[in-house]
Amino acid sequence: MADEPLVLGIETSCDETGVGIVRGHTLLADAVASSVDEHARFGGVVPEVASRAHLEAMVPTIQRALKEAGVAPSDLDGIAVTAGPGLAGALLVGVSAAKAYAYALGKPLYGVNHLASHICVDQLEHGPLPEPTMALLVSGGHSSLLLAPDITSDVRPLGSTIDDAAGEAFDKIARVLNLGFPGGPVIDRIAREGDPDAIAFPRGLTGPRDAAYDFSFSGLKTAVARWIEAKRAAGEDVPVADVSASFQEAVVDVLTRKAVRACRDEGVDHLMIGGGVAANSRLRAMAERRCEDAGITLRVPRPKLCTDNGAMVAALGAEMVARGRAASSWGLSADSSLPVTDPHVPAPAGHDHDHGHVHDHDHVHELSRKNLYA
Amino acid sequence: MLLLALDTATPAVTVALHDGTAVLAESRQTDARRHGELLLPAVDRVLAEAGAALGEVTDLIVGVGPGPYTGLRVGLVTAATFGAALDIPVHGLCTLDGIAYAAGQAGLTGPFVVATDARRKEVYWARYEDARTRVTEPAVDRPADLGERVAGLPAVGAGALLYPDAFGDVPAGMPEHQSAGALAALAAEQLARGAELLPNQPLYLRRPDAQVPANYKVVTPR
Ligand SMILES: [Zn+2]
Repeated sequence: MADEPLVLGIETSCDETGVGIVRGHTLLADAVASSVDEHARFGGVVPEVASRAHLEAMVPTIQRALKEAGVAPSDLDGIAVTAGPGLAGALLVGVSAAKAYAYALGKPLYGVNHLASHICVDQLEHGPLPEPTMALLVSGGHSSLLLAPDITSDVRPLGSTIDDAAGEAFDKIARVLNLGFPGGPVIDRIAREGDPDAIAFPRGLTGPRDAAYDFSFSGLKTAVARWIEAKRAAGEDVPVADVSASFQEAVVDVLTRKAVRACRDEGVDHLMIGGGVAANSRLRAMAERRCEDAGITLRVPRPKLCTDNGAMVAALGAEMVARGRAASSWGLSADSSLPVTDPHVPAPAGHDHDHGHVHDHDHVHELSRKNLYA
Repeated sequence: MLLLALDTATPAVTVALHDGTAVLAESRQTDARRHGELLLPAVDRVLAEAGAALGEVTDLIVGVGPGPYTGLRVGLVTAATFGAALDIPVHGLCTLDGIAYAAGQAGLTGPFVVATDARRKEVYWARYEDARTRVTEPAVDRPADLGERVAGLPAVGAGALLYPDAFGDVPAGMPEHQSAGALAALAAEQLARGAELLPNQPLYLRRPDAQVPANYKVVTPR
């Protein structure tokens, strides 16, 4: 069992209730219930709406995953759950469910990091992660470059966005163009009809003195909005396809350029891309070309494994079991700002798993700030 | 019959084990912001204290609110998941009914009101004919708007203590928060009678705060 642990993973950090089951590096089930439609009219994820939906979907989604995988709960080697980062109230539903499930089955509990899970999921697609792994994570909630010598214990942030996440920029531009929410898929689709070189939008933080691995999408977002407003003010039609294509090109250009540079600088010969924006077809195409030119092997999971799901949590949980990492305590907190440097939340040293431990700091506060849709 | 009762709808995180006749063990901690951390360790402690295993439990009892949502959901999802994993029924009870029952155990008779803190200067409340008989649907209101509906009646619960101007006297020795022991005892009585309890679904009583993001702002200076 140590080589091929059977693990069920629960993910509720944003608006997807995900339950996945894996055996080692093999995906057995990936059940997802999404509340995205309930958020669409608000133009972003509403935390309380997401939390309510998680409560309703939790048990049915667990049962669907078990049925899909064809495994008995008693055969599981562990239960993994996203402990953070994410929306506090949403995380809390999944963490509470995972604790109850693990306790009732007498299985160890592993509270894991959402970002590390986005990287680890690629083991289900392309086999064991190279060590170290260079990862570009892009979604509505995060945009970061991470170097992971060991996904279960050592994840180092090289850079991240200093303002908006890449996916957030997609949502905002979609809103300016009246294309609805979420913005990523619709812009990707419309951009295929447009010219990516039609408008030269700015590439943030790409000057010689700028931080090499940090991102900024706020200036781009403003520039695109200004450009659209100028057209509208002049009474002209806004060329939606060209704007979409040119905006998308600016985002994808910066992301892939910096990721390839990080690989070169660190001497890493492959790149993993994950997160909801990794489903973007232009990002995949440009990353493929640039990686090929640079002699870097590109690893991008299929789109369904890039967006938030339970399989990614199970994948990291299975790796924790395989490498003998410590389980979490029954007092595990949902930590909305769990640092990326903590791939999992082990029970405190000297702690007996059978007895509840309680952290003395307060982590459970409701966040209503950002849309973390993937 | 072995009932495991839990309630996270008030600042109390409370768990009890009840054998149909008496409470075998109970845990009560009050910390409105740590329901998620405290609940499972409390379940573990209560079972250990009673020398029982979760697998021996025949029925789960859960307070379904009304209560502040984030904490409330911890109890509901825990009960639902236990129920699914152990394949045993989950019975819901109105949280206010548990407090009313505890008030009865503490000696309160005749009509009274139960009120808990709903935050945002409101209370969750209901009126009772006696400790077992609720005569209004649970509701959420501003205390000042309750007026005649609660006037002259004794009141119990943290909501009554918080707004003494709106509620009548709070008799001494009355429960402030929920006790899972009282909730379990009430459930045991009702199940023995063959009564149907509530489904394991939250009584939110309010629509979600769907904060619509501010309308798209024009960024071009005018
Ligand atoms: Zn994500």
